[in-house]
Amino acid sequence: MNIENETLKKKLISKNRMAENIFSKIFFLSALISIMSLIVIIVFVFAKGVPAILEIGLMDFVFGKLWRPSSNDFGILPMILGSIYATIGALLIGVPIGILTAVYISEIATKKIRRIIIPMVELLAGIPSVIYGFFGLIVIIPLIDKGFDNGGNSLLAAMIILGIMILPTIINISDASLRAVPKEYRENSLALGASKIQTIFGVVLPAAKSGVLTAVVLGLGRAIGETMAVILVAGNSPQIPNSIFDRFRSMTANIAIEMGYAFGLHQEALFATGVVLFVFIIILNLGLNLFIRKVGD
Amino acid sequence: MKMINKKVASVFLVGILTVGLFAGCDKAADNQTGEEYLSIVGSTSVTPVVTKLADAYMAKNDGVKIDVQGIGSSAGVKAAYDKSADVGMSSRNLKEEEKQWGLTETIIAYDGIAVSVHPSNATAKLTTDQVKDVFEGTITNWSEIGGKDEEIIVVSREDGSGTRGAFEGLVGLVAKDADGNKYSTLVEDALIADGNGAVKANIASKENAIGYLSFSYLDESVKTLSINDVKPLVGNIENGTYEISRPFLLLTNDAITNLANDFIEYILSDEGQSIVAEKLITVK
Repeated sequence: MNIENETLKKKLISKNRMAENIFSKIFFLSALISIMSLIVIIVFVFAKGVPAILEIGLMDFVFGKLWRPSSNDFGILPMILGSIYATIGALLIGVPIGILTAVYISEIATKKIRRIIIPMVELLAGIPSVIYGFFGLIVIIPLIDKGFDNGGNSLLAAMIILGIMILPTIINISDASLRAVPKEYRENSLALGASKIQTIFGVVLPAAKSGVLTAVVLGLGRAIGETMAVILVAGNSPQIPNSIFDRFRSMTANIAIEMGYAFGLHQEALFATGVVLFVFIIILNLGLNLFIRKVGD
Repeated sequence: MKMINKKVASVFLVGILTVGLFAGCDKAADNQTGEEYLSIVGSTSVTPVVTKLADAYMAKNDGVKIDVQGIGSSAGVKAAYDKSADVGMSSRNLKEEEKQWGLTETIIAYDGIAVSVHPSNATAKLTTDQVKDVFEGTITNWSEIGGKDEEIIVVSREDGSGTRGAFEGLVGLVAKDADGNKYSTLVEDALIADGNGAVKANIASKENAIGYLSFSYLDESVKTLSINDVKPLVGNIENGTYEISRPFLLLTNDAITNLANDFIEYILSDEGQSIVAEKLITVK
C-alpha cells in the first residue's frame, strides 16, 4: 500500500515537471516571436532603405531641402523638421494637461469622480487614429481656417490633434507612478504644515519624477509615429514650415502618401525615410532613457 | 493535478482548433477556384468606371468575380508588369521607362480634368497660362484673376498620381533639369491630398481653394472653371476644344487570361461604351 503511494507520488511529480517544461517552452516561444518580428522588421527596412541612402548620399538625403521625386531630388529635411515641430507642439499641449489631469485624479478627485474619469481616459486611448484625423478635418481645420484664413491644414492643426492623442498615454502612466508614491510622503509633508498643493508639487510629483518622464517619452513616441491623423490635417506640402500656420509633411506621412505610387528609387527613398525615422526614434529613446535614469536617481 | 490536466487539454484544444482553422481556409480557397477571378488594380481615376463596368459584366456572367482596386496609376502599371494583378489601370500615358516593359495598352475611354474651385468662388474662367501661373505660385491672390482679395490655396495630388502627371503635362507644369529629367514645377506649399476624393473634399470645404479633378468625380460640391473660354464638358472634349484630357488605359501582360480578354472586349463593345459614356468620352 505504502509502496503504491510512493510510485503514484513519483508519477505525479514527473507529470508536473513535464507540464512545467511544456509551459516554459511556450512562454519562450512567445518571447521569441516578438523578438524575431523586431529583427525581421529592422532587417527588411534597412535592407530596402540603406541602398537608397547610399545612392542619394546621406548628406543630400538628410539635409536636402527639396523633395521632388520626379527629378530625383530626395531631401527629407522638411519632413524631419515637420515631424520634430509637430511633436514638440503636441508635447507643449499634451504634457501640462496630461500631468495636471493625472495629479487631479490621483491626488485630489474623490473616488467617485476618479471612477468616472479613468474609464473615459481609457476610451480616449481606444479611439482609432483615423477618427482623430477625421475630427481634426471637420472640426479643428475649419476653426483654424476661420481664425487665420490659411486653409486650416497646418502645423497647428497637427499639434492640437497629436496633443489630444497623447493625453491617455501621459495620464495613465503619470497616474500610476503618482499612486505608487508611498502614503507616508504625503502624511509627513502635511504634518510639517505644507498645504495640499505644496505637497503635490513639492513632494509627490518629484518623487514620481521618473515615472512621469517615462510617460512623456511614451507620449513623444506616439506623436512622432502617428501617421493617419497627421495626413488628414497637415496639408502634406513637402516644405519647411516657417510658422505654425504653414502646411507641412511628417516623415510618416511622406511614406504613407507616396508608397502606393512609388517605384524604383522613389520607393526605396520612402523606405530610407523609414530608416531615418527608425534611427531617430532609437536615438530619442536611448537619450531620454539615459536622461530619466540620471534625473530619476 | 486536475487543473494542470485541464490546462494541457486546453492547449491541445487550441492547437486542434488552429489546425482546423487553416483546414477551413484551404476549403474556402478550393471553393473559390470554382469561379473565375480577375484582379484589376491601378489609377483611382479609372476605378469608378471600371467598377461600374465590372458590376455590369458580373451581372451578366455567373461565376465570375472581378476585383477592382484603386491604388494609383504608377502602381497599376507596375502591378501589370510584375503580374501581381491581371490587369493594370492607368490614367496617363506610359512613361519612356514603362514603355519598355512590353505591356499591351488598351484605351477604354478618354477623361477630362476639370480645374475646380469652391462653389462660392466668383472666378468663372481662366486661360491655360493663368492655370499654370496659379499652380506654379506666380499668381497667389484671387484678385489677380477676377476674384476676392484672398490668398489662393492650391490643392494638388501626390507625386506619382496619374491625374497629376497628366494635368501637369497638359498645362505645362513641367521643366527639365540638367540631366534631362522632367520634374514638376508645382508651387512648394501646395496642399497635397491623396486621391481625387480628398482633393474634392478639400476644395468643397475651403472657399479659396483651387484644384483639379477627373470628370468622373465632379458634382455640385465644387464649381468647374472654363479654360480658354471652353467649358469642361464631355462634348467639348469630343470636338477637341477642351484640351485638358487624357486617355484611360488598361494594361495587360503576356499572361493575359481569357476572362481578362473577354472583359476588355465587353468594355469596348457598344454596351460597355454606353456605360463609359455616362461620365466619360467613348473610344471611337
